[in-house]
Amino acid sequence: MRKLGAIYRKELEYYFQSITAYVMIGVFLLLSGYFFYSIFRYYNYLSYQAGREPSLAASLNLIEGIMRPLMGNVSVVLLFTLPLLTMRLLAEEKKQGTFELLLTYPVSDIEAILGKYFAALTVFAVMLGGTILYPVMLAIYANPEPGPLVTSYIGLFLMGMSFIAMGVFFSSITSSQIVAGAATFVVSLFFLIIGWVAPFVGPTLSKVITQFSLLEHYDTFAKGIVDLGDITFYLFLTVFFLFMTLRSLESTHWRS
Amino acid sequence: MIQVENLTKYYGVTLGVKGLNFQVDTGEVLGFLGPNGAGKTTTMKMLTCYLPPTEGTAKVCGFDILEQSMEVRKRIGYLPERNPLYVDMTVEGYLDFVAHVKGVRPAARRGEIDREVERCGLGAVRHRTIGKLSKGFQQRVGIAQAILNDPEILILDEPTLGLDPKQIIEIRQLIRDLGRDKTVILSSHILPEVSQVCNRVIIINRGELVAVDTPDNLRSRLTTSTVLTVALRDEAGVAARANALAANISGVLHVKEGPSSPGVRTLVIESAPDRDVREEIARTLVGEKLPLLELYREELSLEDIFLQLVTEEVN
Repeated sequence: MRKLGAIYRKELEYYFQSITAYVMIGVFLLLSGYFFYSIFRYYNYLSYQAGREPSLAASLNLIEGIMRPLMGNVSVVLLFTLPLLTMRLLAEEKKQGTFELLLTYPVSDIEAILGKYFAALTVFAVMLGGTILYPVMLAIYANPEPGPLVTSYIGLFLMGMSFIAMGVFFSSITSSQIVAGAATFVVSLFFLIIGWVAPFVGPTLSKVITQFSLLEHYDTFAKGIVDLGDITFYLFLTVFFLFMTLRSLESTHWRS
Repeated sequence: MIQVENLTKYYGVTLGVKGLNFQVDTGEVLGFLGPNGAGKTTTMKMLTCYLPPTEGTAKVCGFDILEQSMEVRKRIGYLPERNPLYVDMTVEGYLDFVAHVKGVRPAARRGEIDREVERCGLGAVRHRTIGKLSKGFQQRVGIAQAILNDPEILILDEPTLGLDPKQIIEIRQLIRDLGRDKTVILSSHILPEVSQVCNRVIIINRGELVAVDTPDNLRSRLTTSTVLTVALRDEAGVAARANALAANISGVLHVKEGPSSPGVRTLVIESAPDRDVREEIARTLVGEKLPLLELYREELSLEDIFLQLVTEEVN
């Protein structure tokens, strides 16, 4: 556990002592801030309309009108930023040869992987934490329901967990950061949009595809519902990719 | 300390090393010698539990490298070939990280880091970023991480690669000092280095063991004759006279003229390895008033031994 902690701290120090973490967090907050602003302005415009047309007012809702589209956009921004966060974790060490040395220390593979995984997860938590500013601003001027807010944050965090696990895995199978980042991006994008074809592929396949869609599972959270099945799905993806990472390390041991 | 039994490694179909058998005793400094691609690094990677052998095994301090890899790893300090370091970290931060992952007890950590910083002469650069240090200092950081937590065995893969002559001398001295209370295996293709630092040499070529012995024994084993070189001031007929005189001394097998330089002629005299003819040659030449400038015995260098062994192998 102490060794896992040491690897965790080393990675976190790397993120925060170089400019990496600040750039990532900055870019992420800038983009999500822009989305918040534009969605907010649109909602504002609708509210004025509703002032003149009372029938419209009933359908206005802070969660449905602002937070849900915002969080949907944030998940897309995560799709771009998280691969950048995870791509160097193992690929860089493999390239530099430091990974070989690390594996000859009395540290188990799983400690090394989890240390790195949790470091990336921490940076992600800080990124996500920064966006809490938006609902706080809403709460100052209006009265958003707290329930769906909390659950959509839980949903985003779970989604990030699985993206990062994917990132760690792809970083473990190559020594090129670019390849690792691109592969993570493509696969997580695939999981995100796989649901688009669901309506056209027949009932059975459609059901399967929907089960694998990251967005589909996220949507329940955004509505304020915590479903055990959705949580299980994200945790399963996370554990699956971390397990694959372990396997891939073992195979490097055996093959190279 | 280390027993290697039939250690074999294939990378797919490519041979890494084949059927290595040797052992290293406590307190020995063992030199691993071989041309590039001979299997030195492969062997070291297996001993440090990074690569599993295809066949055979090795025991380090009584622990099997496959079955008890954690126990082995606790007892080995390793400096890989290209000395990979985390270049963004400071020396202090890096050694602290290594102390953590090597499982140094919290109470001992401070003292342990101080000791290695002292021992490797890193005091002046302690708080600097590793990537900005000179190659010599980086190599010291590499050695410091290897010896941290006082492992019983040190495995150093080409520890002086890419250093300047002064740094090489310093690092060799450091290795010699470490060799006093640790078992050290070091690989090199710089032959004088091995003969200076190591008690015993293993020569491998194309993945197979060619010879294991002390540098001295290897030398005498391969010496079939003693070679003397005699230098004389160039005077008329001097070479021919000396040649005739030397050839008559008993024990001398063969005399031929060596390369001459302006004003100097040389003779190369071969004699039986068990006969020392130096004194007699000197007395005879001087007795005949020949202008003798120099007389020396040529030692078979490790280079010669190495080339001889490696070429024999090929033939």
